[in-house]
Amino acid sequence: MQSERLDATFAALADPVRRGILARLARGEASVAELTKPFGISQPAISRHLKVLERAGLVSGGRDAQRRPRRLEAKALGQANQWLESYRRLWESRYEALDALLAERKRSKGGRR
Amino acid sequence: MSKLDLSTPGDREISWTRVFDAPRDLVFEAHTKCEHVKRWLLGPPGWTMPVCRIDLRVGGAYRYEWKNEKGTVMGMGGVFREIVVPERIVATEKFDDAWYPGQAVGTTVLIEKNGRTTLTVTMLYESKEARDAVLASGMERGLEASYDHLAETLVSMAR
Repeated sequence: MQSERLDATFAALADPVRRGILARLARGEASVAELTKPFGISQPAISRHLKVLERAGLVSGGRDAQRRPRRLEAKALGQANQWLESYRRLWESRYEALDALLAERKRSKGGRR
Repeated sequence: MSKLDLSTPGDREISWTRVFDAPRDLVFEAHTKCEHVKRWLLGPPGWTMPVCRIDLRVGGAYRYEWKNEKGTVMGMGGVFREIVVPERIVATEKFDDAWYPGQAVGTTVLIEKNGRTTLTVTMLYESKEARDAVLASGMERGLEASYDHLAETLVSMAR
């Protein structure tokens, strides 16, 4: 497992603006200008976020930072996503068991009152 | 039923939130009394928790041991650093066969509203490498995520 790449991926995903950019790119490629509109922050700020995403391999685009449309690199994201998803499922299965336990405890507490 | 919302807020952290349809004193008890913990804090199917000890006080220790049908044992434990009944627990954690360096510190916060409880757990690891190793271990348990819903997952992550 390319652990350094994954570090960069998780760091990139830690920011809500960057997750927003990825969500937008998941619907199709977009230029920096198009990406700037919905976020209400400056174009240089968006470019900086895009650089972080590119370093993490999550987004690809050209060296001409201003014009070229950016694309989502689903493979890199898929790997990080897969890790999160499997961890999420482990805890969700535990919490489903806890739901059942809590429902039972609520009933027995109610009965005693 | 509400689902688990998982994120990586910092590069050494994993955090998740889950809503339970029960008051928080019950959720707190379910996390701090062995008779309850043994019933839900399990791994994949086939694992049980034959050993559970919880000394619920600051500086007190806890210990969990899981066992599967083949007799494989997995243990972990730690020490309580903060306890505010029934709303907050901070405790260290370390697995016997730790596959990641150092110990982790877990913070559990319970907030009750209209009889429902929002649980937030934040695990802080000693390094990014440790955090990533923990995330990767989830995958080694043989759970496969689908790529089909990538766009939806992203949209929900962006919220």
